[in-house]
Amino acid sequence: MLEKMIIGRYIPGTSIVHRLDPRSKLLFVFLFIIAVFLANNVASYAVLLGFTVFVIALARIKPYFLVNGLKPVLFLIIFTLLLHLFFTREGVILFEWKFIKIYEEGLRMGIFISIRFLVLVLITTVLTLTTSPISITDGLETLLNPFKKLKLPVHELALMMSISLRFIPTLMDETDKILKAQLARGSDLSTGSIKERIQAVIPLLVPLFVSAFKRAEDLAVAMEVRGYRGGEGRTRFRQLSWQKKDTAVLITFIVLVAVLAWVRK
Amino acid sequence: MDISLQQVGYLYAKDSPFEKRALQDVTATIPSGSYTSIIGHTGSGKSTLLLHLNGLLKPSEGVVSIGNTTIQAQTKGKQLKDVRQQVGIVFQFPEHQLFEETVEKDIMFGPLNFGVPKEIARDRAHELVKLLGLPEGVLQKSPFELSGGQMRRVAIAGVLAFKPSVLVLDEPTAGLDPRGRKEIMELFHRLHETEKLTTILVTHSMEDAARYSDRILVMHEGTSVMEGTPEEVFNQAEQLESYRLGVPRSVRFQRKIENMMGQRLDRLALTEEMLAHELSALIARKEDRPC
Amino acid sequence: MKEIASMHHVTFSYDTEEESSQIQIKALDDVSFTLYEGEWLAVVGHNGSGKSTLAKLLIGLLFPSTGEVNLFLEPLSDANLWETRSRMGIVFQNPDNQFVGSTVQDDVAFALENNGVPHEMMVKRVREALEQVKMSGYVNHEPHHLSGGQKQRVAIAGALALQPELLILDEATSMLDPQGREEVIEIVKKLRGEIGLTVVSITHDLEEVLLADRVLVMNEGKVLMMGTPQEIFQKGKELESIGLDLPFALRVSELLRESGVELQGNHMTEEELVNELWTFHFSK
Repeated sequence: MLEKMIIGRYIPGTSIVHRLDPRSKLLFVFLFIIAVFLANNVASYAVLLGFTVFVIALARIKPYFLVNGLKPVLFLIIFTLLLHLFFTREGVILFEWKFIKIYEEGLRMGIFISIRFLVLVLITTVLTLTTSPISITDGLETLLNPFKKLKLPVHELALMMSISLRFIPTLMDETDKILKAQLARGSDLSTGSIKERIQAVIPLLVPLFVSAFKRAEDLAVAMEVRGYRGGEGRTRFRQLSWQKKDTAVLITFIVLVAVLAWVRK
Repeated sequence: MDISLQQVGYLYAKDSPFEKRALQDVTATIPSGSYTSIIGHTGSGKSTLLLHLNGLLKPSEGVVSIGNTTIQAQTKGKQLKDVRQQVGIVFQFPEHQLFEETVEKDIMFGPLNFGVPKEIARDRAHELVKLLGLPEGVLQKSPFELSGGQMRRVAIAGVLAFKPSVLVLDEPTAGLDPRGRKEIMELFHRLHETEKLTTILVTHSMEDAARYSDRILVMHEGTSVMEGTPEEVFNQAEQLESYRLGVPRSVRFQRKIENMMGQRLDRLALTEEMLAHELSALIARKEDRPC
Repeated sequence: MKEIASMHHVTFSYDTEEESSQIQIKALDDVSFTLYEGEWLAVVGHNGSGKSTLAKLLIGLLFPSTGEVNLFLEPLSDANLWETRSRMGIVFQNPDNQFVGSTVQDDVAFALENNGVPHEMMVKRVREALEQVKMSGYVNHEPHHLSGGQKQRVAIAGALALQPELLILDEATSMLDPQGREEVIEIVKKLRGEIGLTVVSITHDLEEVLLADRVLVMNEGKVLMMGTPQEIFQKGKELESIGLDLPFALRVSELLRESGVELQGNHMTEEELVNELWTFHFSK
C-alpha cells in the first residue's frame, strides 16, 4: 500500500517542469494556492482545472499513476463532497428522499470545494513529483534567506530538512524489515481489539526508535569529523540558476490571475 | 516439512510507477531435514525468495508450498500464522528486532504470540539462554545493555523459542568477528542435527555453504539457476563465475595443485580439513612408491 | 621516515554509571605506537579488544585519561582539533549512517563546504575524488540506490576531496558483502599506489591485514603485538586463542602437518604453499 503512494515522492525526468528552478516552482505553488481562492463560479473553476491538466501534461506524468497514487486522497475529496451535499441547506431542493434533502447550493458548493481541493493536491503533487527533495530544500533555503536577519535559523532548518528527507527511504526500509521480523515472530497487526492493535505496534516502534537514535548518533559523529560546525563560514556546493523559463513561469501566473479575475463573478 | 516453489514470480510495488520485478520463474524444492544453502550475488533475489518461505511475501505468480499449506497470490493472511510458527526466520542483524524490557520477555514474545502457555515459554527462555552460551544473569537485563554479540544470540533465541521445524538463516554471522562467526555457525549446525531441523542458509560465504549444507540453490537475476549437492555445484566453477560467484578457497587451491600436477584428486575438497586429508593421502601414496 | 601519528602510554576508561570509580574497566591500557608516512597499518582484535576506542582517540572523539595522542607531530587537543581533522579522512562502519548528502556529489562536497572551499575548486575536487574511487557515473545517485560498497567508496571520495594526509578506515568493510569489500580494498590499494596515502584500517578482514605493511594486534585494551603480517602470523596459535582468524594457507599448512606431511616454512600465501608442495612432494 505505502509503496504505491505518490504524494511527496519524486520521479526523475527531463520535462520542462522538471528543469525549472525550484525557486520559481515553489513561488508559483505558493501563489497558486492563494489564487485558487479567487475562483467562485463555473467558468473560473473550469480555468483552474484546465490549467492544472495543462501543467500535468507539461510535466509528462502518466494520468494512470496519478489516479492510482492519489486514491487515498480521493476518498477525502468524496467525503468533503458528501459533507457539503448533506449539510448545506440553501437554494432549491433538488432531491428529497425520507429525511435526506439535497439543495442546489449544497451540490454547487460541494463540487466547487472538491475541485479546489483536487487542484491543490494535484499541483503540489506535480511539484514534488518533478522536483527532487533536495532541490525543494535548496529553493526554500534561498527563498527564506532574507529571514536570517530576523534570527530565523534558515541554514539549520534547511539542513535538518534535507537530512530528514535523505533518511526517509532508509527508515522506511528499516520499518519494513522490523515489521517483517516481528510478523515472523507471530506478531499480528491486523486483528484484535483496538487496545491489542496499539500494543502490537510497540514491538515495531521500540526497535525503530532505537535504530533511529543510533543512526542519529553515528551521523552526528560523521558530520563532526568531516568538519561540520554550523552554517558559519560554509560555502555551498549547490548553486541555483534562475533562467528565462523561470521568469516565464511567473508571467504565466500573472496571466492566470488576470484570466481568473476576468471570468469570476 | 518439504518446501517447494513452482514458477514463483514476484513484482515489487505492483501497478505503480515504482514497479520492479524481483523474482521470475523460480522453481526449487527444499526437502525436509535438509540443510540447504541459497547462494547468489547481491541483488540476485535471494532475500526476496527468503520472504516467501513463511508467507511474509505472497508470490505474484506461481505457488509456494510449505508442508500442507499452499501460498498463492490470493491466499488470505489468516492461513499464514501457522506457517510462520513452522518456519522461523533469523534475519540479517536480528538484534535490530529486540524491543522488550528484559531479555526473558523478548525471548518469550514469539512463543506467546503463537499461543504457548506462559510457564512453558519462560522455561524455554531459560533453556535457550543456556544453550546459546549466555550467562544466566542476562535474563533479567535489558537487551540493550548487552554487547553486540550477546544481542545477536538473544535475538536468535527469540526465534528458536517457538520451536520452528524449519529454520531460515539470512547471513546470520554478518558483522561478527571471526570467533563469533564460527561459534554461531557451529551452533546452527548442532541444532540442525539434534533438533532434526530443516535449515535454510542464505549466505555470501561459499566456505560456509560448502562446509555446512547438503544442498545448494543458486540464484541469479531473480531466478533459480542451479540446484544440487555442494559437490555438484562447486564442480562447475565456470558456470558459477558467470553468476558472479566463486568456489570455496579449498576448491580453488585444489584446482591450482591439480593443474600443476596434471592429475585430479579423488574428491572435491569442500573444506580445509578435506583438502589437507586429500593432499596428505596423495603425498603418502607418492612416497610409498618412490621412483 | 616522517611520523604521521603516534600514541604514547595512552590509557582510557569509559565512565560507567553503576560501578564505583575504583573498578573502572580500562578500554585502553598503556598503548604506544607510531605510524609513519606512507604506511598502511592494520589494527586487529576481536570485538571489545579496544580497537574502536583506539580509533576514537585517534580522531579526537575521545581524549586519553593519561598519555598523549599525537597527530602530524602535535598533541591532539581541543585547540587544534578542527585543523587536524581537515587533514585526515575517516570512513566508518555503517555505510548508511555517514552519508550526509542527498546525492553522491553532495555527500562528497560536504567536508569541502564545511571547510569553506570556494565553489569552483569544490566542483573540481568533487569530480576528481569521484574519479579516484571510480564513481564518476553516479554523481546524481541517491544513497538508497547504491550498494553498500558503492556508499563506502563515496565515503572515501568524501575524505579524498579534502586531500588528506591520513585515511582511517574504522571497520569500513565489515558490513559489506564480499564484492563490496573487494571494491573498497581495490580502491585503497590503488590510492596507495597513486598518491602514497597513509592508511590505518581497523578490521577483522584477513585480506586487509595481509595487504598492510604493519599490523597492530589489540587484546583486552593492550597492544599484544605489532609487526609485519609475516611476523604476526608466525605466532599463529596465539592469535587463534584471542579469537582471530589465520590466513587460509597457514591453516591448511597446520592441518597438513597434523596429518603427517612435512613442511619447511610457515606459508602466508597460497602460492608459497603450492610451490612448496610441488617442489618437495609432488615433483619427485
